[in-house]
Formats: sequence, C-alpha cells, structure tokens
Amino acid sequence: MAKTVVLKIKRQVNPDAEPRWEEFELTWKSGMNVISAMMEIAANPVTRSGQPTTPVAYDSNCLEEVCGSCAMLINGKARMACSALVDKLEQPVRVEPLSKFPLVRDLAVDRSVLFENLKRVKAWVPVDGTYDLGSGPRVYPTEQEEAYPMSRCISCCCCMEACPQFNESTGFVGAATIAQVRLFNQHPTGKALKHERLQALMGDGGIQECGFAQNCVEVCPKDIPLTKAISDTGREVMKQAFKDFFRG
Amino acid sequence: MRVFNYPLTKLLNYQILRKGQMAAPPNIIVVGGGLAGLAAVIKIAEAGGHVDLFSIVPVKRSHSVCAQGGINAAKNLKGEGDTTWQHFDDSIYGGDFLANQTPVKAMCEAAPAIIDLLDRMGVTFNRTPEGLLDFRRFGGTLYHRTAFAGATTGQQLLYALDEQVRRYESEGRVTKYEHWEFLSAVIDNTQTGRGICAMDLRTMEVRTFPADAVILATGGIGAIFGKSTNSVVCTGSAQSALYQQGCCYANGEFIQVHPTSIPGEDKLRLMSESARGEGGRVWVPKNKGDKREWKSIPAAERWYFLEEWYPKYGNLVPRDVATRAIHKVVYEYELGIDGQPMVYLDLTHIDRETLDRKLEGILEIYEKFVGDDPHVVPMKIFPGMHYTMGGLWIDFNQATNIKGIYAAGECEYNYHGANRLGANSLLSCIYGGFVAGPQAMQYAKNNAKSTAAVSSAAFDSERKRQEDINIKLINSSGTENPFRIWRELGELMTKNVTVLRYNKNLKDTDAKLVELLERFSHINLGDKSMWANTSFAFTRQLYNMLQLSRVIAQGAAMRDESRGAHYKPDFPERDDKNWLKTTKAKFAADADEPRFEFEPVDISLLPPRPRRYDMAK
Ligand SMILES: Cc1cc2nc3c(=O)[nH]c(=O)nc-3n(C[C@H](O)[C@H](O)[C@H](O)COP(=O)(O)OP(=O)(O)OC[C@H]3O[C@@H](n4cnc5c(N)ncnc54)[C@H](O)[C@@H]3O)c2cc1C
Ligand code: SF4
Ligand code: SF4
Ligand code: FES
Repeated sequence: MAKTVVLKIKRQVNPDAEPRWEEFELTWKSGMNVISAMMEIAANPVTRSGQPTTPVAYDSNCLEEVCGSCAMLINGKARMACSALVDKLEQPVRVEPLSKFPLVRDLAVDRSVLFENLKRVKAWVPVDGTYDLGSGPRVYPTEQEEAYPMSRCISCCCCMEACPQFNESTGFVGAATIAQVRLFNQHPTGKALKHERLQALMGDGGIQECGFAQNCVEVCPKDIPLTKAISDTGREVMKQAFKDFFRG
Repeated sequence: MRVFNYPLTKLLNYQILRKGQMAAPPNIIVVGGGLAGLAAVIKIAEAGGHVDLFSIVPVKRSHSVCAQGGINAAKNLKGEGDTTWQHFDDSIYGGDFLANQTPVKAMCEAAPAIIDLLDRMGVTFNRTPEGLLDFRRFGGTLYHRTAFAGATTGQQLLYALDEQVRRYESEGRVTKYEHWEFLSAVIDNTQTGRGICAMDLRTMEVRTFPADAVILATGGIGAIFGKSTNSVVCTGSAQSALYQQGCCYANGEFIQVHPTSIPGEDKLRLMSESARGEGGRVWVPKNKGDKREWKSIPAAERWYFLEEWYPKYGNLVPRDVATRAIHKVVYEYELGIDGQPMVYLDLTHIDRETLDRKLEGILEIYEKFVGDDPHVVPMKIFPGMHYTMGGLWIDFNQATNIKGIYAAGECEYNYHGANRLGANSLLSCIYGGFVAGPQAMQYAKNNAKSTAAVSSAAFDSERKRQEDINIKLINSSGTENPFRIWRELGELMTKNVTVLRYNKNLKDTDAKLVELLERFSHINLGDKSMWANTSFAFTRQLYNMLQLSRVIAQGAAMRDESRGAHYKPDFPERDDKNWLKTTKAKFAADADEPRFEFEPVDISLLPPRPRRYDMAK
C-alpha cells in the first residue's frame, strides 16, 4: 500500500459549537506540508473511517511563511502551518486552532487584538505628508541591521499564544507589540512619538506583565530578538515612568 | 434567516445622514489592501476623504508581502548617469513596445520621489556606508536602479503603507472591512458605479455599500493557473466579476512565467536566478521513465539540455529562453523527473563554503519548504506562472470604462506591456494607487449627481442578484467537487496558455473551459453551512476564474505573433504591422463569452525597435 500520512484535526463549526476531532489518512506526497494536506482534504473531504465531512476552515495566503496568516497549534506547538513539513512531524499530526484567540471556525481564529495593540502604541512613523519632501533621514548600515530583524514581524501571534502571561486576566499586550515599539522608537522620525508609545506600555497589561519566560523567542518563526527588545524597551519605560513621576 | 436579510434601515440611515451633512467628505471605497490599494487609501485620507477599505485577508497579509527583490527608481546614486528617461526606455523596451508610453514615462519620473517617501515612512532599506539608500542591479537594465530591504522588500513596503493607513484608521478616516469579499459593483441605470456588493466571510451576509467612487486594487490572478508563485487569494475573481458587469479587460493573454520556481503540492515558490549565476546546472535523466534516484544516474545518462542547446550562454540564457527550453523538455520530450513536470537544478558540484557565502538565504528557503539540503541533493525546479501583465482596461487616469470605477496595481494592465521588468511592479502598484486616489476624489467632488441621491433600487437589485447566486449554489445538488474542477482548470491553463502557445491547443482549451463551466452548474457543496464557509466563497471565485480564463485563452489564440511573454512557435516574430495594439475583451452577456476589439498603443515618445538581449541596445 502507498505510504500515507495521518492527521488529527480539531474541528468546531462555530464559536458556540462543541469541538470534535476528525482523523484523516492521506496519500503521502513529497514536500507535503500541513496546508497542502488540508488542500488535499478539501478535494476529497472524507475522514479516515470513510465518513464524508466538510473541507477544513483555516487562514492562509502566501504559503511561504511571510504573510502570518496560518498560525496554529501543530503537535501542541504554535507555528506556521505552511512551513510545517509533514515529513518532519511526529504522526499522527495533531492540528488545533490557537487557544488564546476567539475561535472563528475549525482552525481559523480572530487575531485582530494584535492590530488593535499596534494602534494603541502608534506603531507608525508620523510623516508630514506624502508630497515630495526630498530624501529621508540618513540611516547607517549598523542601524539598519538592528531595525531590519524587527521589521520582519509577520503578526502571526505565535509569541502571544506561547506566552504564559498573555491571557485575559493580565490583558498583556504581548511580545510582538513591544518589539514594534522598539522598532519605531529607534527610527529618527519615529522617535517623535517615543514618549506616547512608552506610556502606552505602562500599567496593567503593559510591559511589566512580562515574566521573561522566553517562550516567545522560541516560537517566533522569524527569529525576532524579542527578549532583547523587551528588556531594552523595559528600561526605557522605567526611565520614562521615573521622569513622568518627577514631573508630576 | 439573517444572512440573506440585510437590514435596509442601515442603508437608509446612512443616506439620510449623508444628505443631512451637505459638506460631508467624499466617501470612496477601495477594494484590496496590497500596495496599490493602500497607496490609494493614503492619498484619499490625506486629501480629506473617507475610505471604506475592503479586503479578503487583513490588509497586512496581502500578497505584496511576497515580493523579495526590490523596487526600481532612477535615483542615480551610483555615479552611473542613470536617468528617469533611461528607466522609461528600459521599461518600454522590456515590455516589447506594447505599453502605452505616456503613463509609463510619468511613472518612471515619479519613482525617485516615491522611494524617498517610503524611506521617510521608515522602510528598512539597505544602506551604503554613508547612510544613503543602496541600489542593486536587476534584469533588463545595465544600471543599479533597484532599492531593496534585505530579501523582503515587498513586506517592508507593504508594512510602511499599512502603518500609515492604521494611523488614518485611528483618526476615523478609514474604516476597514477585513474578511469581506467584493462580489460586484453596484451600477445604476446611467452606467455609473455607485458602490459595491460584498460578502462578510464569517457571517456570509451579503450587503451593498454606497460610495462616491470605487477603486479596485485586487492584485494578480495566479490561482487561474492552479499553482503559481502568487498567494492563495490571487484569483482574479473581482476583476472577472467587473468584466462580467461591463468593464473591459485588456491584454489578458500576457502572462509572465518565471523559469525557476520550486514546485510544491500547494504553490510554486520562487528560486532566485542567482543559483544559476553561481554555477548551477540544469539537467534531466536522458531516458524517458527513468525511475532511479538522481545519484545512481551516471553523468553520461544526464541531459544538460541548456548547455547542449545554447553552448554560448549555457544555463544562463535569458529568462524566457530558459523557460521555453524547460517546457519543451518536460512536455514535448516527456523527460520530467519521475514523469513529473520538474527538472534538476544542481549545485552539488559546488563546494559548501562557496554556496554558503553566496547563496545562503535562498538555499535556506529551499530547505525549509522542500526538506532537502541543496548542498547535497539537486533542487527540483520548474517554471512557474508569476504575474499578469494584462488586467482591467483603464485610461491614463486609472479610470475603467464604467464611470466612477477605477483600478490600480496588478489588477490593471497599463504599465508593463508584453513583459514586466523585475522590480517595476511594486513601483507601478504604488504609483497607480497614487494616481487613482486623487483621481477618484476629484471625480467624487465634480460628479453632478451624488450617490446619496441615487435611488436604492440599484442597490437592492444588485444585492438580490448576488443572494440568488448564493441560494442557487447552496441548493445545487450535483456531484462535482469545486476543488477538483479547479485542479483541472489549473493544469489546463498551465499546459496550454503559458509558455508555448499553439492555436490548436488554445482552441481546445477554450472548448474545455466551456465544458468546465457546464460542469460547474452541477457542483456539489459538501458544506452548506452559513458561517465562515471558505469552500463556498472559493466556489464563487472559481466561477469567475473560469470566465476570465476564456478571455486569456481566446486572446492568446487570436494574437498570431510572438511578443514579450506571449510566444507562438508557429508565429515566432513580433508583428508590429498587425499586432502593435492593445487587446480589449468585453463580456457579451447574451452569448456568455468575450468579444474582442483592439486599440492602438500610445507610441508617441519612442518608436518601436526590435528587442534583443544578445547584444547591447
Ligand atoms: C514571489 C513574488 C515575488 C515578487 N517580487 C517582486 C519584486 O521583487 N519586485 C516587484 O516589483 N514585483 C514583484 N512581484 C510582483 C508584485 O509583488 C505584485 O505584482 C504586487 O505586489 C501586487 O500588488 P497589488 O497591490 O496589486 O495586489 P496584492 O498585494 O495582491 O493585494 C490584493 C489585495 O486585494 C484583496 N482582494 C483580492 N480580491 C478581493 C475581493 N474579491 N474582495 C476584497 N478584497 C480582495 C486582497 O485581500 C489584497 O488585500 C513579485 C511577485 C511574486 C509572486
Ligand atoms: S519573555 Fe515570556 S512573559 Fe515575556 S513576552 Fe516572552 S513569553 Fe511572554
Ligand atoms: S514577533 Fe515573531 S512570533 Fe510574534 S507575531 Fe511577530 S513574527 Fe510572530
Ligand atoms: S500562509 Fe502566509 S505564513 Fe503561512
């Protein structure tokens, strides 16, 4: 018999429904990843025991680990499904939705909280306008090399899923947002909003919630130096808080 | 059922509100949040307009993130004497003289200021030691003209625009509708676009949204070819829907295929040309049906066909030549690896140290997605559908032929002629958005009869039309699986309508497309639920893909010449006398198929000359 692959997928038709597990057995193909396996299921939606079922709902777009859409729990770990090669996974491959975000359906969850957080910390460079104002500020290669890794964050939210502090009771903003604060605070023009960004990270749900468990760096698919960004920003927040205190 | 029952009061309230405030700012709908869409949004918000921004995926996850190489602008920071005129000349020449020259010249002239703006917005462009922008060389030019941010330029550019849009969103000037899909335009009885009809991809609710102007920026059409280098949502469905409502579709037959992509079960990922630049060799087993592993095939039984056919350039022949040769070996000689459409790109003879020093980044991508280490195992590659030069017809102000509807980005046809130069697309997207935004604003302000004064009948009937399509689909009880029809479509289009085009195959393709459309009417949706039903949304898109495929296949069949990416072995020369013209497809609703007309190309600035890359221009 042809080599096969077994996937166990957690299904839930809507946020109020009961979750259930379905098992699929697919013909193995070289280079198969978790998304291509689900495309296979869509073309032939039948479970391992021969029950007809529906195609699995999930988010995806680029399929090359740069759009940040397809984060899910694969064998218990938060990671991108499109770069999760089946050959490198223990079988049966267990696929579940991220657990800390509102479920939409099956493997699709609502991660808009990160985009809201980015709004809160004003993660942008406040340019005067789009008219021609000549070239931008000089940036030396060493500065570019420091900024570039953080600018590669794909907003996948894996770091937040893995973080022990990211939950409803703390309201913690999460590592990704803190790294973006770091990115914009070091930009020559972005700095203009530094104060406001740091203030947004003070208090409940702010940077103080981080316990430096380092789970975030471990799961980040883009190897973003999150703990460094957090400790650098943490220091800045302290300094700012101090200043604010004495200014009254 | 709430799903099919959009509360009319909402629409009415909106209109009353708008009538009440006479000086209300124009409300513009932008569909698509890739580079083109976001560029338009920023211009409109900056000029005081309000934008409703629609996108299937959160805009930050749009396909534009995939671009790696860079963006062109003749900044001339390398002392080479580069000029915007040179950039213009390279672009027109590269496009084999099919692009309208006036807008291309304007784009090239705007490019340096666009790069400066992106730089000011914080794009992490690579820098020179002096802290200035660095530029690299790219195909089709002799100048260092391409600005880049590591190997993720598109991602960085998209994020910069996304951040500015988020800023406007927090000021209330932009309202995002993410996870909403554009289904169609609302067009009134004066043939004027008045808004859109869209579907919430979670509740599956169908709703109409009024607007003073609409800009479509929905990107590429890769999914029509099954697998491509494009992202999943690049289906061309929105463009096709508009085409079926009366918008012209231009130069659809011009499809760019990249010679080296990594075939995958799900997509074709790009493999940079530099692998061949560093000595990579392309080969296949000489014997048809050879099932041996690559290692056990002795040198004498390997066919290095590029080296044999092109002794002078070997593996480094130009893109289109390499692409055609690989296709020939796979489809005519049937010598693909394991009978599959793949050939080897072999680096294993090069020492590890050299590979790591020069190619590390791209070899990592290969390893990540294929799981093999290219240092020790030859890569398997195949040409991949990459880009559509064709798209919605627009005038020089990005306006389609339906009043009030504009288009920008890869979904329109204006800037690349018969072949796009590398790193010119990101530019044309941003430039196109920067033109479309202000043009739409101007139109909205000048338009005598505002959308607020349009009767709700046009909105009601469009919503009804879309809801009826949904009801019919949900109740369809055939046996056809949409994903299987899609696979057949992709195989058909890739085989016959990409690299080598023969009239007989093109005609057969169109006949087969009619068959697929007929099978579509017997579709069976396994999932009939009305909550986040992704296969339902996909099935709707599939129908539009089938319709647009006919435009591409028929356009290709008609054009009896070879120009840029369009190559017919039976008509190997460019034929300016008969074919220096833009193809325009119009949907004939009664016959359910395209009708074609042609339009002269604007060649007011550069007289056409032969395009050859085997010698200096
Ligand atoms: C792998 C790869 C590498 C590339 N590298 C380069 C490069 O180095 N340089 C270069 O210049 N070009 C490059 N290109 C080309 C370039 O990336 C694209 O042409 C460009 O990004 C297209 O941008 P866009 O704004 O038109 O559309 P996209 O970025 O595709 O955005 C389309 C938007 O429309 C939305 N949308 C689509 N349909 C609907 C609908 N029905 N309803 C609502 N929303 C909808 C999507 O959600 C998305 O937001 C590359 C292309 C690929 C595939
Ligand atoms: S270091 Fe630990 S607590 Fe802090 S953000 Fe990362 S995972 Fe969360
Ligand atoms: S920091 Fe890393 S894990 Fe977190 S959202 Fe960004 S890319 Fe994902
Ligand atoms: S689909 Fe884009 S990261 Fe996986």
